[in-house]
Amino acid sequence: MLFYGIFCCSPPFYPENIDRKVTDMSERTLHILTDSFWKILVPGLKVTLPLTAVAFAMALVIAIFVALIQFANVKVLKQIARVYIWIIRGTPLIVQLYLVFYGISGLGYLINPFVCAAFVLAVNEGAYCAETMRAALEAVPAGQMEAGYCAGMKYHQIIRRIVLPQAMRTAFPPLSNSLLSMMKDTSLVASITVAEMFMAAQRIVARTYEPLLVYTEVALMYLVFSTVLTWLQHLGEKRLNRYRGVKKAAVR
Amino acid sequence: MGMLEIKGIHKDFGEGEVLKGVDLSVNKGDVIAILGPSGSGKTTLLRCMNFLEAADGGTMRFDGEEFTFGHVKKKDIARLRKKTAFVFQNYNLFLNKTALQNVTEGLTVARKMPKAEAAAIGHKMLDKVGLSDRYDYYPHQLSGGQQQRVAIARAIATEPEIIYFDEPTSALDPELTGEVLEVMRQLAADGMTMLVVTHELGFAKTVSNKVIFMEGGAVVEEGTAEEIFGNPKQERTRAFLRLETKDDGVGKEQ
Repeated sequence: MLFYGIFCCSPPFYPENIDRKVTDMSERTLHILTDSFWKILVPGLKVTLPLTAVAFAMALVIAIFVALIQFANVKVLKQIARVYIWIIRGTPLIVQLYLVFYGISGLGYLINPFVCAAFVLAVNEGAYCAETMRAALEAVPAGQMEAGYCAGMKYHQIIRRIVLPQAMRTAFPPLSNSLLSMMKDTSLVASITVAEMFMAAQRIVARTYEPLLVYTEVALMYLVFSTVLTWLQHLGEKRLNRYRGVKKAAVR
Repeated sequence: MGMLEIKGIHKDFGEGEVLKGVDLSVNKGDVIAILGPSGSGKTTLLRCMNFLEAADGGTMRFDGEEFTFGHVKKKDIARLRKKTAFVFQNYNLFLNKTALQNVTEGLTVARKMPKAEAAAIGHKMLDKVGLSDRYDYYPHQLSGGQQQRVAIARAIATEPEIIYFDEPTSALDPELTGEVLEVMRQLAADGMTMLVVTHELGFAKTVSNKVIFMEGGAVVEEGTAEEIFGNPKQERTRAFLRLETKDDGVGKEQ
């Protein structure tokens, strides 16, 4: 509110009108804020968060699959996995979004923007998370695999019950990073007509012409969402730590 | 003919032969200690026998079945491993499983045993190694000696025909080796067939009925514990035992 008073006073400035003008501005500000709060929050809850959840869930499935292919050294599939990661990490997300959405639309097929956004985000984030997962899988001591074999277990049993759970614990913090960054990246899908939180803010700005106010508001909204996700990460880590003694050096 | 025969096993990691045609014969109930300096190939021998390393040549006869190293089918390897157990130098407990789950995993998952039945066996095995108060502890909550005892409980739970021990006490503090050796001593008394790569001469002397001395990828000398320790024929064996006993003496004094 204060910064609005400082930054948004539009000249010319008439001292005799100051009282009335400030009151007007405060009222208008308050009105815009309350009005836009819901207009931004609702798409946030109805589009941004579900899009994040759906896309990230798919990204995780892709990541685990792609990482396991490389971990298990499956011949041809491994090459395909490397090419996939190379292409996705080498091109911007916004270009990928445009390419798929406008590319397919341009061919004359109608495509649901939400579905398209979820797909592109999942494929994009999947490549990054696949590398995280691969590193985490490789960090599991080889002895775990050997012990599994010696206990009579099969490869897939050892992976599913022993190696993957341990890798997931290692990968959890970097994966949480990816989740956060993806949640924020959903703002890009406004450009392919998905009516999410950022698009809602853009619309309000177009109507009220208060970019500083409204974009600050939407930024704070993202910050709240991120904070909740970070808090969930800490809860998750705490739970996963039960079988891993987190040792900290006693001396500095 | 013993229950397990190895003939002419070879292994080359690409930097010269680690195993130069080793023969080995194990009878049921044998406790065989394999001694030798570092790099003599004793650990490699053990790992090849359980297919943790792929041997380049030689044959194995186990339970009347004949296999040629390098030509063993995956299915046969899996089947053979279910008849054996392996205790590692660094325990290799499943880090995401409790002590009890470590013991039951091979039963419920690999052998499809019902959970309750496996848990009963798990409890019994952990009791046997003196860990009846540690069922639900994760490996990181246990001392090295306790972890190795869980590993032994895991090994005996599946009722293997032979257990391979790869320097089971080498990673332990001197004060913790005793508890592990005691459990192994008990197993030997129960008639378990054991093949033990070890530096514990005391254990080899008092528990094993056969001692093998290896060096440079070959067996230098083998015989009963009395023969090897009382009257070693080879100069190499004598030199090794002299050195090790001296080291041992120093270690035990602490």
